[in-house]
Amino acid sequence: MTTTAAVTGDLDNPYALSHLDALESEAVHIFREVAGEFERPVILFSGGKDSIVMLHLALKAFAPAAVPFSLLHVDTGHNFPEVLDYRDRTVQRHGLRLHVASVQDFIDRGELRERPDGTRNPLQTVPLLDAIDKGRFDAVFGGGRRDEEKARAKERVFSLRDEFGGWDPRRQRPELWQLYNGKHSPGEHVRVFPLSNWTELDVWQYIAREKIELPAIYYAHEREVFARNGMWLAPGEWGGPKDGESLQTRQVRYRTVGDMSCTGAVDSDADTIAAVITEIAASRLTERGATRADDKMSEAAMEDRKREGYF
Amino acid sequence: MSTKTSAVDAVDAGATSLLRFATAGSVDDGKSTLVGRLLHDSKSVLTDQLEAVEHASRNRGQETPDLALLTDGLRAEREQGITIDVAYRYFATPRRRFILADTPGHVQYTRNMVTGASTAELAVVLVDARNGVVEQTRRHAAVAALLRVPHVVLAVNKMDLVDYEESVFAAIAEEFTTYAASLGVPEITAIPISALAGDNVVTPSAHMDWYGGPTVLEHLETVPVVADPSDDPGRFPVQYVIRPQTAEHPDYRGYAGQIASGVLHVGDAVTVLPSGRTSTIEAIDALGQAVDVAWAPQSVTVRLADDLDISRGDLIAPTATAPGVSQDIEATVCHVADRPLTVGRRVLLKHTTRTVKAIVKDIPSRLTLDDLSQHPAPGELAANDIGRIVLRTAEPLALDAYADSRRTGSFLLIDPSDGTTLTAGMAGTAFAEAAEEAAQADTADDEGWDF
Repeated sequence: MTTTAAVTGDLDNPYALSHLDALESEAVHIFREVAGEFERPVILFSGGKDSIVMLHLALKAFAPAAVPFSLLHVDTGHNFPEVLDYRDRTVQRHGLRLHVASVQDFIDRGELRERPDGTRNPLQTVPLLDAIDKGRFDAVFGGGRRDEEKARAKERVFSLRDEFGGWDPRRQRPELWQLYNGKHSPGEHVRVFPLSNWTELDVWQYIAREKIELPAIYYAHEREVFARNGMWLAPGEWGGPKDGESLQTRQVRYRTVGDMSCTGAVDSDADTIAAVITEIAASRLTERGATRADDKMSEAAMEDRKREGYF
Repeated sequence: MSTKTSAVDAVDAGATSLLRFATAGSVDDGKSTLVGRLLHDSKSVLTDQLEAVEHASRNRGQETPDLALLTDGLRAEREQGITIDVAYRYFATPRRRFILADTPGHVQYTRNMVTGASTAELAVVLVDARNGVVEQTRRHAAVAALLRVPHVVLAVNKMDLVDYEESVFAAIAEEFTTYAASLGVPEITAIPISALAGDNVVTPSAHMDWYGGPTVLEHLETVPVVADPSDDPGRFPVQYVIRPQTAEHPDYRGYAGQIASGVLHVGDAVTVLPSGRTSTIEAIDALGQAVDVAWAPQSVTVRLADDLDISRGDLIAPTATAPGVSQDIEATVCHVADRPLTVGRRVLLKHTTRTVKAIVKDIPSRLTLDDLSQHPAPGELAANDIGRIVLRTAEPLALDAYADSRRTGSFLLIDPSDGTTLTAGMAGTAFAEAAEEAAQADTADDEGWDF
């Protein structure tokens, strides 16, 4: 069959790049563009797999020199302890500088109010924008991927934010070829998404290929959880479980890592990278659909939050 | 075994290539249905996404799920029921991974089709079998030709509404192929489909025995995407200079960048532009691994035998095939901003990693995409206009013709006052045919460009 021959032809071509090599090369190009054009870039680092892959790519992009960016963690105060531990070890291992923007500090100072539902994820925007302002960061790397959500599917690789941190999807700059336009006025900044063209599966395949260590909660483990809004949530000082919600021990893992109050675990036996890849490939639910309560708030929840400055 | 599981197996074998493609079609040609069908039938729409679409469709009073809601992600798009901006979609089959730029078809969004087509290796142009080749079809073919998308698929949709008649398809395919070939589109594949009924999108049609070619998906999976970069001259725009200045690497000076075209070898004699200084490639680091050879589009770090003054924006090229440099540029452009581009306008020009000041010296003509006629001396270009311009830059640029390299022949014009992206530029001749004619006439320097 000629069609098979054509595919084999690609693979036999000595100049063929695998899709992971193509995505890696593109992401490295994006990191270096930012290093070349901006004064004070920063990488948003949550200890989740996307930001871990971002950091890995940045380390490769500038080797053997150090990554010329610092890291910024927006700490909701409701973190998984394993993830904070991972964050601190990573920062130390690579000799990086970490800025922490704390939601708790804003609540303690009365500048933010706890929501009735206890979810702090939407509260991250204010400390984030404050940290960007105080740090005078002009480029902010995020691990967002266009496959995550339909508003993110519309996001540019270089996404201009106004002086209020806002995103106006109708006024985005056309993005042509690989010519990223980072020009901005004082007070504005650019969000940069080097993983735009990666899917969840790509990220995991890259983690497998590069043997990247992740926080243990990404792999199946026994954990006490309780059910809320159709998701398994982990108990904690953030306010769960409430009366009427009962704890049980289940074999679970996390597909995303975020604020504990809105990041759900999924039932899983996948305790290795290979098993996780098999599980994701067979899953009929998207990553955010399976594990993020905050995206379910309305049809345009993500778009609305991004307009306000969320990443 | 599900499609996605097989995709993993393919990747585990280290074997999957990536195809970037764009779709174009008029509002009612069924583009969203085709995209929905491709995603749905290749099992790339997951349960929660489909539920969200069903839920939203019900809220809008629609009885059947509107698959357009899968791609229309913005509030304004859903409110108006139209696609405003390019959406990127990702799906995979056992053979290949795909990045789909789903571009709006309306004429006022030509710039968005240009955006989608700029990185696409293939464009799917959709027509309604009942209407055949219309103005909008010609416009899409022209944009694909202008952007030099290597492969074009003509999807003749709604074949179910013309009784799956071979003669209808054949007439449309003939007309389109003749037109697109005259623009220089190198490869055209026509496929009769019904996106609604699923004929020839993912599975072969039971209604069109007369058609012996591939389905849309089959074609997407098998179209060759790897060109032989050894045919192209080496081009390495310097992005960033890596100088660790550590005890371990006290003298390391590496030039980081993504190879824009061609192949680089250790030992190559190279010229650095625009300075014209020469050296030899001493080493190539491919993201941590020393290699003897690297090619486009790999991101690498190159070290040279001599300590030259090289910084971001310089171009390293094999001396034998180094491009010329010039401060006078003629180009075909698509104006993408709402404020017009006028003669005398001062702009910034971003070419590869280099940004220089430039002035618009002349706008000799504007192209009417409908009939490809040109209007002389329009004075200015408005949003979505395509035209020819002449620029003078403050510093010399090593620019190739866009016909030779989409990467080193393309540039942006940027408003220096606020950074707005004004214009997408393609250096040199507009359409391939004109390029061939110029070459035949042996006037390679003459950008003989007759629309």
